[in-house]
Amino acid sequence: MNIMIVGVGGQGTLLASRILGKVAIKEGYDVKVSEVHGMSQRGGSVVTYVKYGEKVYSPIIDRGEADLILAFEMLEAMRALPYLKKGGKMIANTQQMNPMPVITGAMEYPENIKEKLESKINLQAVDALSIAEKAGTIKAVNVVLIGLLAKSMDVDKRIWIDTIKETVPEKFTELNLKALEMGYELK
Amino acid sequence: MKKLMLGNEAVARGAYEAGVSVVSSYPGTPSTEITENIVKYDDIYVEWAPNEKVAAEVAIGASIAGARSMSCMKHVGLNVMADPVFTASYTGVNGGLVLCVADDQGMHSSQNEQDSRHYAKASKILMLEPSDSGECKDFTKKAYDLSEKYDTPVFLRLSTRVSHSQSLVEEEERANVPLKDYEKNPQKYVMMPGNAIKRHVVVEDRIAALKEMSDSSSLNRVEENGSKIGVIAGGIAYMYAKEALGDKADFLKIGIVYPLPEQKIKDFAAKHDKVYVIEELDPVIEEYCRSIGIDAIGKEVFTLQGEYTPSMIKKAVLGEDAPEFDAVDEPIPVRPPVMCAGCPHRGTYYVLKKLGLVVSGDIGCYTLGATAPLQSVDTTICMGASISAAHGMAKARGKEFNKKLVSVIGDSTFMHSGITGLVDIVYNKGNNTVIILDNSITGMTGHQDNPTTGYTIRKEETKQVNLITLCKSIGIDNVVVADPFDVKNFEKVVKEEVKREEPSVIIAQRPCALLPNMRKKYSGHCKITDKCKKCKMCMKLGCPAISLDGDTVRIDTTQCNGCGLCTNVCPFGAIEKED
Repeated sequence: MNIMIVGVGGQGTLLASRILGKVAIKEGYDVKVSEVHGMSQRGGSVVTYVKYGEKVYSPIIDRGEADLILAFEMLEAMRALPYLKKGGKMIANTQQMNPMPVITGAMEYPENIKEKLESKINLQAVDALSIAEKAGTIKAVNVVLIGLLAKSMDVDKRIWIDTIKETVPEKFTELNLKALEMGYELK
Repeated sequence: MKKLMLGNEAVARGAYEAGVSVVSSYPGTPSTEITENIVKYDDIYVEWAPNEKVAAEVAIGASIAGARSMSCMKHVGLNVMADPVFTASYTGVNGGLVLCVADDQGMHSSQNEQDSRHYAKASKILMLEPSDSGECKDFTKKAYDLSEKYDTPVFLRLSTRVSHSQSLVEEEERANVPLKDYEKNPQKYVMMPGNAIKRHVVVEDRIAALKEMSDSSSLNRVEENGSKIGVIAGGIAYMYAKEALGDKADFLKIGIVYPLPEQKIKDFAAKHDKVYVIEELDPVIEEYCRSIGIDAIGKEVFTLQGEYTPSMIKKAVLGEDAPEFDAVDEPIPVRPPVMCAGCPHRGTYYVLKKLGLVVSGDIGCYTLGATAPLQSVDTTICMGASISAAHGMAKARGKEFNKKLVSVIGDSTFMHSGITGLVDIVYNKGNNTVIILDNSITGMTGHQDNPTTGYTIRKEETKQVNLITLCKSIGIDNVVVADPFDVKNFEKVVKEEVKREEPSVIIAQRPCALLPNMRKKYSGHCKITDKCKKCKMCMKLGCPAISLDGDTVRIDTTQCNGCGLCTNVCPFGAIEKED
């Protein structure tokens, strides 16, 4: 299983990939999670890969190989499209964040990304930002998306809950479990 | 139970289990987390040194004194530590000594893409290269055994995808490794010509012995699948090749990069119709194969640049195309890294750009001042070069040019290798203006303490190097401290100092916006009011929270942290802070 998580530095994609990696171990798989630190975190595009199966060699995912893409932002969803396997699924947060070339006016933010993606692939687009806000903080957007992802995977919900508890600081546990639940219950 | 660990975390675990007791490093992506993870182990003395040369010397000293020791760096850090390391090859070790060097294929966070494997051959030091986290731990432990057995420092070569990928690791107990006895031995440790000539003989004998070891070691192993295609690969490239080719090829997996196993390679090549060498960056293994008469296929089909992928290998070796994929047929704006909302450097660059100065830049978050819309930085070479290169520019082009020239360098980078450049300016009658961007932390690598922060790596309080006293003591008479967010005053200070016909230092002081104290200090958001005349002055800041919606300026409250810099820049007082 190849899962790609894309977003903007600061959105919490790294935590999402680590939670996913831990869940896959609990299911008894060989797992590799690949992250890139440094420059890419300073508000730039961030890509992480989570791969699991009987035996995993390469930690990276090539174009046309991702079974599932979890996109934290629409432009990044569009950028990641070529990585999706034919017949794969994409879950995208409808949030839009302007990159510097758009801010400076050198380029336009593409229009109707959702519709363009829907015409080509199996897309589930949700406004995870406002759900996170309802859960208590916009920072929980990553866990809302994890909840949504959990729903489309064949793993006992209990395992997701336990993994969140192990991974996030104790004072944020309740908030994050609420965000997970709200993501999980989305249609 | 096996644990999921970053490659870097696994190296740290390996050092712990191997009984290492001294670690000294300077941070550098992608190597930083090795040393950060060492902090978890109370049995190990660990420190951030001011630079890699100092770090290596600390580790070499600890080794001579009888301890197993380690120093970790990124590839360009190895250039800085090269001097002591080439001679440590001659002295050999007492306690085992391992130098971890992480290359950055693809330049995710680096100024060049050098291949550190060349250093092993040049310095005649054994080099191991793991392919995943499990091997990171095992190879680290093995490196200490080999270091002590063969009396040599050992390089552990890593790369971004090994250092920053997580895979499964089995934890074991820490070995009880007592300090070795310290004995005065000038023939071995005083490297003046008379002694060094004799040690060179030892080094050559050692390489001969290591070649035999490399041929018999299980770190270089053959995997047979009954194929006529043979692949020689190590490190992350081995993983890509395994995924791409599976059982359609036989493999000679290289764990010892230097010295390479001559007989094993010859035997492997003899059994295969075609032999591929799959290695990122330079043809190090390939050229060795040719030197022993093996006609391996390598860089004629694989690139010298960037990272490889399994599909690239599949295409080159098997002629199979990558899977089909969908794409949207329109330009997608790139999303380059930017200075964070609230970044203190934004104020500095806003002023430098406004004044149209030539900016000799350096390595850190503030290198991002080269990108639009601030676009202030003219040069970035290596750590410390901002100051010395500006001195060279001024000497080449004279006084008038110098009045339009400044250097910018971070606090940690100044400690690393900026001080010597400043001494050069004082000594050789330069009159440059140097701006030290003091954000109270080492920013780009993820908030490491340094000699100016007043804390050690273990967050113990320590003496704090005072930048003002330091600059004055080497002969800079004009040292001014200014807040870069007070843009009016900062502009005035810069104008005055560049005009001055004496060297001067401006300390641009404001902590990194991501530091916990600053996160508490900044609150609320900035808001555009109806006084806005749409002059777009605030857009010149390149703040990720401020953007244009048609003709209207908007501030994105999910990104704005209320730092207030934009309120100081707006000529109409049209931006206000709200809670």
